[in-house]
Amino acid sequence: MGRTADVELRNVSKVFDNSVVAVDDVSLEIEPGEFFSLLGPSGCGKTTTLRMIAGFEMPTSGEIYIEGRPMGETPPFRRNVNTVFQNYALFPHMTVAENVAFGLRMKRVPRDEIARRVREALQLVRLAGFEDRYPRQLSGGQQQRVALARALINRPRVLLLDEPLGALDLKLRKEMQLELKHLQMTVGITFIYVTHDQEEALTMSDRIAVMNAGRVLQVGTPLEIYERPSSRFVADFIGESNFLEGRVTGLNGQQVTVVIDDRVPVPARAQDGLAVGEQVTVAIRPEKIRLRPPGMERTDGCVRGRVEEVVYIGTDTYYLVRLTERCTVRVRVQNSQNRLDSGEAVGEGAEVLLSWVPETAMVLKA
Amino acid sequence: MSTTATTAPQTAPLATRRRWRLKPGWLVLNSNVLLTFLFLYAPIVILVIFSFNASRQQAVWVGFTIEWYEQMIRDERVIAAAKNSLIIALVSTAVSTVIGTLTALALDRFRFRAKTAFEGAMYLPIIVPEIVMAISLLVFFNTSFNLLDRWLGLTLKFGLGTITIAHIAFSFPFVAVVVRARLADFDRTLEQAAQDLGANEWQTFRYVTLPLLMPGILAGALLAFTLSIDDFVITFFNAGIGATTLPLEIYGRIRRGITPEVNALSAVLLLASIALVLGSVLLQRRR
Amino acid sequence: MALAERVETQPERPASLAARVVDWIRRRSGVKLSLVLGPGAFWLVVFFLIPLGVVLAYSFASRGAYGQVIWRLTLENYTRFFDWLYIRVFLVSVWIALLTTVICLVIGYPFAFVMARVPRRWRNALLVLVMVPFWTNFLVRTYAIMLLLRNEGLINSALRWLGIIEQPVTMLFTTFAVVLGLVYGYLPFMILPLYASIEKFDFTLVEAAQDLGANTWQVFTRVMLPLTMPGVVAGSILVFIPSVGAFVTPDLLGGGKVVMIGNLIQQQFLTVRHWPFGSAVSFVLMAVVLISTMAYFRVGGERRV
Repeated sequence: MGRTADVELRNVSKVFDNSVVAVDDVSLEIEPGEFFSLLGPSGCGKTTTLRMIAGFEMPTSGEIYIEGRPMGETPPFRRNVNTVFQNYALFPHMTVAENVAFGLRMKRVPRDEIARRVREALQLVRLAGFEDRYPRQLSGGQQQRVALARALINRPRVLLLDEPLGALDLKLRKEMQLELKHLQMTVGITFIYVTHDQEEALTMSDRIAVMNAGRVLQVGTPLEIYERPSSRFVADFIGESNFLEGRVTGLNGQQVTVVIDDRVPVPARAQDGLAVGEQVTVAIRPEKIRLRPPGMERTDGCVRGRVEEVVYIGTDTYYLVRLTERCTVRVRVQNSQNRLDSGEAVGEGAEVLLSWVPETAMVLKA
Repeated sequence: MSTTATTAPQTAPLATRRRWRLKPGWLVLNSNVLLTFLFLYAPIVILVIFSFNASRQQAVWVGFTIEWYEQMIRDERVIAAAKNSLIIALVSTAVSTVIGTLTALALDRFRFRAKTAFEGAMYLPIIVPEIVMAISLLVFFNTSFNLLDRWLGLTLKFGLGTITIAHIAFSFPFVAVVVRARLADFDRTLEQAAQDLGANEWQTFRYVTLPLLMPGILAGALLAFTLSIDDFVITFFNAGIGATTLPLEIYGRIRRGITPEVNALSAVLLLASIALVLGSVLLQRRR
Repeated sequence: MALAERVETQPERPASLAARVVDWIRRRSGVKLSLVLGPGAFWLVVFFLIPLGVVLAYSFASRGAYGQVIWRLTLENYTRFFDWLYIRVFLVSVWIALLTTVICLVIGYPFAFVMARVPRRWRNALLVLVMVPFWTNFLVRTYAIMLLLRNEGLINSALRWLGIIEQPVTMLFTTFAVVLGLVYGYLPFMILPLYASIEKFDFTLVEAAQDLGANTWQVFTRVMLPLTMPGVVAGSILVFIPSVGAFVTPDLLGGGKVVMIGNLIQQQFLTVRHWPFGSAVSFVLMAVVLISTMAYFRVGGERRV
């Protein structure tokens, strides 16, 4: 099969008639068998990117390659990809079996083979016995699975999924996430998955491309994206982050020191090309911060602050801690003890010490 | 009303109905509704009843008879007119359904120059007074027949052909409007899904677009059929001497004096169109 | 599992001739457009726009001694219309159409109101009941009114039987008969758009207005009427247009005593055979209709929030 990417986008841009730039110079390589997610807020261009791969939109410039072949103006029905639509787009006038058989019928596959493959596909999505129902007689989750079966039966090289779980309720969505991932590993088809739900992307993907305003900001594994966000947008969009603005005052191998508001020095992970005196932002996730009562002072990397707000959310407790007049940080502490018995460890107004492993704090250039 | 319904589902219908009846305002409004329906239906019902009246004078009820219907069936002029009406309606429905559907598709799916102008022109046959359309077609056919005769020696006459052409001209915009309303609700992702699954444009149209548009197309066809069967004004001006349709026949007889045979004929036409409407309502409900 | 095998790209099957033709059309959107738009455009142009053009041309021509059309350009046909004889016909038509519209509105508004307020399961039944007469033959319905209004008709017979009158009251061939016939014919045109806009009306606004101290009349004039105005305007236009151009109703129920524009046009074409003048009158009628339609779109456009 070689090492050609299943889908490759080279400098693809899409400008709509109303001169809105939906996709701006996007280049991506998606490997065979990969579960690849396009993640971003609504309107970031992820759906347009997917639709260009499917062939519903033509790029204004750049080229899309599927299995190494440039697609040019190839219409959707000549592309070896299939799509699962956001609203499923099941044909309301056809039964489940007819819906699933549609692609094979269009390719004039012999009748008995169609019957056999429809049976297999419905078994694969656990919908055997639903052949003669109409889409409107199915629940959202079942419709979703019909849409999957209808696409997968064609044995596409790549399956495109446009927020396929968006219409489902939370519990079903979690269930379907695992099912989808399992399905993808079973059939071994490349999945390109569009979502605005960061948790969904982190749960299922092999790699994620984070998009905003038509551009790809970062491509990486879920771990890389979460732990090493390359920009403020990514750090903010995926999970939560505190952003501390300050100036670099010390460079020390793996570690830098950034002074917030010219008063509070904080440690962070070093990065290439940083210079002393440079204005930067330190991004640190709330759960990476440790919070202790004062008096257990240690010299290295401790920051003093005052608790302004305590919010109990069940699994965790959030503390809003003020460092300087202009700067507060959110700290997330897991409730490992029964809070009713142990009482509130730290109350509002309490003086606290914050510390973190310097490697967990990212320096982002301003 | 709705709040009671949600809080007390068992007693709600009763409470709703009682309150609905007791208010004096509602009483006035309800009698308005009843009187309106009386106004709309009484003349029709009386017409049908009196078509069974044995008296020739009809002022008073004398006795039940189906004599007028028997006479009607035996009347060759009526049979010929009915045949003409049916032929014209069938041809005009078939043609205007095809043209109307295509036009709706063109307006919904294509962008072209002068589209707004075309749309405006297409609505004209709907709003222009029937009599204007009738005389314009009369003048047009007359003029062009004269010219054809003079230049090519081709002799054409008013008749079923001119009537059918005229009926298509006023029916197809109605079909287009009905089908276009259906297209406006059409979920285009279904067509994309079909293409995504390997259907080319023709297959997409044949297996997805067309079946989903069918209720709209059928409704349009039914409308075209009713318009054609019922049309009097435009037919009247474009029929020439030979061809008669049912409405023309009825009109001619009314002008000659009111007779029980006309009542029978009118009653039949009335019940036929009511059957058509109810049929279409049932047809749409089933879908 | 069958799906697990990674199947290489399916070889493209040789396309059938039909498919190749379709494909050729697909790639040329101009060809496709003319196939789809062509028939409609042809019919519209040849059997509607050109005939209207011919009528327009005729309206500037002259009439020969034997009723033939003579191509001598003149504005005579239009100036002739300003004869009091014809102005009267015009005014009578507009008056009758306006009367019809107002009566339909007065009957139709409360009717549509009730229809929009009854429990949902009744609404469709009521809607069908309104639609049915609308779909039945107009000529026959006019004839049904004729039967009722005749001197020997049911109304006069009943009145005489009750001893209220001795001589039959003349109702047929009067303005009253024509207006009644038009109201009877076009009432559904008023009810349907009114129903559509009242049904969309948010009735919690009534409660809000009452809460703010408005009485029933104020609620109606200040809140409900303005918000349902699009329906009122649409219904009025839909009744006014066919009424002003009516032909069958004044012909049968007016019996030559009530002459509307439609009758005038018919006379000019079939009896008098003055086609140029008939054409001019037709265009005056068209102008009235088009101006009312444009007024409707303007008002409708402003009301659309």
